[in-house]
Amino acid sequence: MTIEIKVPPLPESVTDATLVGWHKKAGDTVSRDENLVDLETDKVVLEVPAPTSGTIAKIVAEDGATVEAGDVLAILEEGDVAAAPAAPVEEPEEQEAEKPAKAARKATGPIKTSPAVRRLLEEHDLDATMVMGTGKDGRITKADVMGFLKSDDSSNVTPGDPSPAVVEETLVVGAARNEQRVPMTRLRARIAERLVEAQHTAAMLTTFNEVDLTEVMALRSKYRDTFEKKHGVRLGFMSFFTKAAVEALKKFPVVNASVEGTDIIYHNYYDIGIAVSSDRGLMVPVIRDVDQMSFAEFEAELNAIAKKAQDGSISMEDLTGGTFTITNGGIFGSMMSTPILNQPQSAILGMHTIQKRPMVVDGDIVARPMMYLALTYDHRIIDGKEAVQFLVSIKEQLEDPSRLLLQV
Amino acid sequence: MSRSFDVVVIGAGPAGYIAAIRAAQHGKSVACIDEWKNKDGKNAFGGTCLNAGCIPSKALLESSELYHRAGHEFKKHGIKTGGVEMDIAAMQKRRASIVRQLTGGIGGLFKANKVEGLVGHGKLLSGKRVEFTPVDGDVEIIEATHVVLASGSAPIELGIAPFDGEKIIDSWDALELDAVPERLGVVGAGVIGLELGSVWARLGSKVTILEAMEDFLFMADRDVAKVASQDFRKQGLDVKLGAKVAKATASKKGVSVEYEDKDGAQSIEVDKLIVAVGRRPVTDGLFADDAGIQLDERGFVVVDDQCRTRVKGVFAIGDCVRGPMLAHKGSEEGVMVADLIAGELAEMNYDVIPSVLYTSPEIAWTGKTEEEVKASGRAYKTGSFPFIASGRAKAMEQTSGMVKIIASEDDDEILGVHIVGPMAGELISEAVLALEFSASTEDLQRTIHAHPSLAEAVHEAALAVDKKALNFPNK
Repeated sequence: MTIEIKVPPLPESVTDATLVGWHKKAGDTVSRDENLVDLETDKVVLEVPAPTSGTIAKIVAEDGATVEAGDVLAILEEGDVAAAPAAPVEEPEEQEAEKPAKAARKATGPIKTSPAVRRLLEEHDLDATMVMGTGKDGRITKADVMGFLKSDDSSNVTPGDPSPAVVEETLVVGAARNEQRVPMTRLRARIAERLVEAQHTAAMLTTFNEVDLTEVMALRSKYRDTFEKKHGVRLGFMSFFTKAAVEALKKFPVVNASVEGTDIIYHNYYDIGIAVSSDRGLMVPVIRDVDQMSFAEFEAELNAIAKKAQDGSISMEDLTGGTFTITNGGIFGSMMSTPILNQPQSAILGMHTIQKRPMVVDGDIVARPMMYLALTYDHRIIDGKEAVQFLVSIKEQLEDPSRLLLQV
Repeated sequence: MSRSFDVVVIGAGPAGYIAAIRAAQHGKSVACIDEWKNKDGKNAFGGTCLNAGCIPSKALLESSELYHRAGHEFKKHGIKTGGVEMDIAAMQKRRASIVRQLTGGIGGLFKANKVEGLVGHGKLLSGKRVEFTPVDGDVEIIEATHVVLASGSAPIELGIAPFDGEKIIDSWDALELDAVPERLGVVGAGVIGLELGSVWARLGSKVTILEAMEDFLFMADRDVAKVASQDFRKQGLDVKLGAKVAKATASKKGVSVEYEDKDGAQSIEVDKLIVAVGRRPVTDGLFADDAGIQLDERGFVVVDDQCRTRVKGVFAIGDCVRGPMLAHKGSEEGVMVADLIAGELAEMNYDVIPSVLYTSPEIAWTGKTEEEVKASGRAYKTGSFPFIASGRAKAMEQTSGMVKIIASEDDDEILGVHIVGPMAGELISEAVLALEFSASTEDLQRTIHAHPSLAEAVHEAALAVDKKALNFPNK
C-alpha cells in the first residue's frame, strides 16, 4: 500500500516551512524512522522520518519548496527493507527481486517495547523515540537503552535523529598522541551554521555598560523567603534582568524588531529567548509575552523550560519564535563577552558574572557588586545611540528597581 | 511443447516442500519433484525427516518411553499393571501409520496450494531447464524461471564398516527393526546415535555407543553434557568416549567390532551395529556438468547467505547446503528463497537455530554455549535452575536436568539458553523467541509464566542470572 508523507503539524507561530533538502530520491528504499527530508522553519530544522519501511514512489515537493502543515511531500510504497541482497556472481538478480516488498508491519501508535526496556525508560524518564533500536525490525533492546544511558556523548542519539554518531579514532603519532574525529551532531552543525550565517549577514556591533546590583541584591535578600513561600519559586536575578529588558524594549521598539530583506518587522509582543546550555548543546527556549508576566510567573516558566532543555523533552514550539534574546555567561564566570545575534532577531543582551569592584560613590571608594552588560545589535537597523540608550535604560532600572514597578 | 513453471523445486523434504508451498502462495506456478522410495517400494513425499528421520524416530521414542515408564514408574503412581510387555510389531505399525498420514498430508497440501507434485528424478540442466524422469513414463524437459535444489542428505558409510542392511545398518534401518536386538552397538554418540540408542535401550537392548571424540556431546554446553552423560549412564547406555572404530565384521552370529581407546585395542561383540557418524549431502545426478552449479570440498552446493547458487535464478536449500542439517533450518531457508523469488526481501538469522535431542531427558539449546562466550572474551553471567525444584517436573516424576541461561554482563542480553530435562524441545521455543528479539534476562524475568509449568524453570533461571531466583537458593 502507499502512504503519503506529509509535513508534520507546525507550531502556531509558524505558518510554513522551507524544504531544505531530500536525503532520498524516488526509487530509494528507506527503513522506518530513517530521516527522509529536512524542513526548515525560522528556528529549527525539522526532520521528517519515514513512518514505515518501504520505497519512495514519488517526490511531490522538491528542494526549496515552501510547504505548509499537511502538505504532501512524497509518496511511500510500504514494504520491508532488509539488507541489500548480495548480487549473484553471473549477473544481477532479475528485475522481479527489485520490486518493492509488500506487507510490512504498520508503524502506527507508540513504539512498543519489551518489559525491561519499559522499566529503564520509565526509570530514567526517557522517551522511546530518543533511543535507536538495534533489535529485530529496529526494536529497542535493553542493551540499546543501557548504551544510550552510558554514552556521555549524547550525540549518540537525539530525538528524531536515528543515525548513531560514528566515532573514528585515528592514531597520529604513537599511542599517547591520538586524536578523535567525531562528526557534529545535527544540532551542533545547525548551531554552527546559524552562527556563521549571522556573522555573514548582519552588521554586528557590541556596546557595553556596567550595572551596580546593590539595590537588586538588597531587594532580593529582603523578600527572598517571603517570595518563595508565597509563589513556590525562588526569586532569581533573571526575572529582574528580563523585566528590565522588556521595559527597555518598549522604549526602543527597533531593538525588538527583525530584518526581513529590506523590511523591518516590528513586534508588538515580547517573546524573550533565554540561552540555555544543555548536554545536547546550546538551546534558546522562548518565554512568551513576558511583558504580561509577574516575576513569579516568569521564574516558574523559566524553571520549567530549563528542565525541559536538560532532559531533552523540549519541543519545537518551545524553540520557535522569539523577538529578543538574553544570554547569561555569568553562570560560567564570564566577565565580558560579545554575544552573536540569534537571527532574524536584531539584538542580544549579554549578562556576566557579578563581582565586587571598587566604585566611586558620592566621592568615596566603596566595594559594589558590579556586572558588565553587553548588547550586540544589528547596526543595519539599530543606531549606536539607541543601543547605548537601551543599555542605559536597563542599567537605570536595575540600579533603582522601583523603576520596574513604576515602569519608568 | 514442453511444460514450464515459475518455480521448480527438486526435493520434497522439509526444505523443498515448504519452499514449493510458499512459492505457490505467492502466486507462482510451482512443480515439486521427488523420488523418495520407502522400504515397501512406495514413493512418498517428505524426505528423510518424515520417512526416515525426525518423525519415525519420535514415534519410537514415545513408544519406548511409555514402555519404560510403565515398567519403572507406574508403581510409584499407584498404577498396577502386572507384567508389561512390548509388541514390537504393533509399535512399528503405529510408527508406519504416523509416517503415512504425514507424508500423505504433503500431497494434500500440494493440492490445496496448487503445487504440481511430480514423482521421479529431477536434474538441473543448463539454462534453468529441468530434466524430469518419472517413475513410470517418458523423460520430460521442464522449463523453469527459478529452480530450487533441495536434494537432502544421506547417512555417511564407513569403509571399515560397510552397510549390509542386515547386521551393519544405518539410522533408517534402525528405525524399522522388527525385533529388539539383545546387544546393540552404535558408532557415533551424536544426536542420531543417542536417540536410536535410547529407543532400543529402553526396549531392552544392551547398548554400547562408541564415540571417537573425547568429549561427550562436544557441541553442547559442558554443564548440560555432564548432566546428560550421567543420566544416560544411569539408563544403561554404555557410552565409550575416545573410542575409534578400526573394523567391524559381520558374521552369522552378529558383528565383531574392533576399536581403539586410550588403553589400546579393544573389541566387542554385538548382534547389530548402527553406524551413525553423520550425514553427507546428496547431489548425485542432481545437475548436469554444464548447469553451472558448484560444490565445495565437502560436497555441499555452494550458496551465499541467501541460498543463491552461482547460477542466476537457481537456489539451493536444506541439507545439501552449508549449515546444520536440521529440518527447521531447511524449512526456514525454503521460506526465505520463496520470498526472494516473489521479489520480497528476506533473510535468515542463522545464529538462533535451536538444536534438540529427543533423548530422555531431552536436550535443547539455542545461541552460544558458555565455552563459546568465554572464548569470545565477552564478560558474561550465568544462572541456572534445576528441575528438581519445579513442582510440575516433580509431579511428572521427571526431575532430572536444569535450565541454564548465559547473558552479557554489561547489557544483560541473553546469549545462550541450554536446557536438559523434561520437554526441553518444547521449552526452548521461548528462548529462541527471546534471542530473536535480542531480549535481556530482565525481559524474561518480567514476563509472567504460568504456574505450575515447566516453563517456570526458564523464568527462574533468568532470575538466577541476577541472583534473584525465588524458588531455589541463589549461589
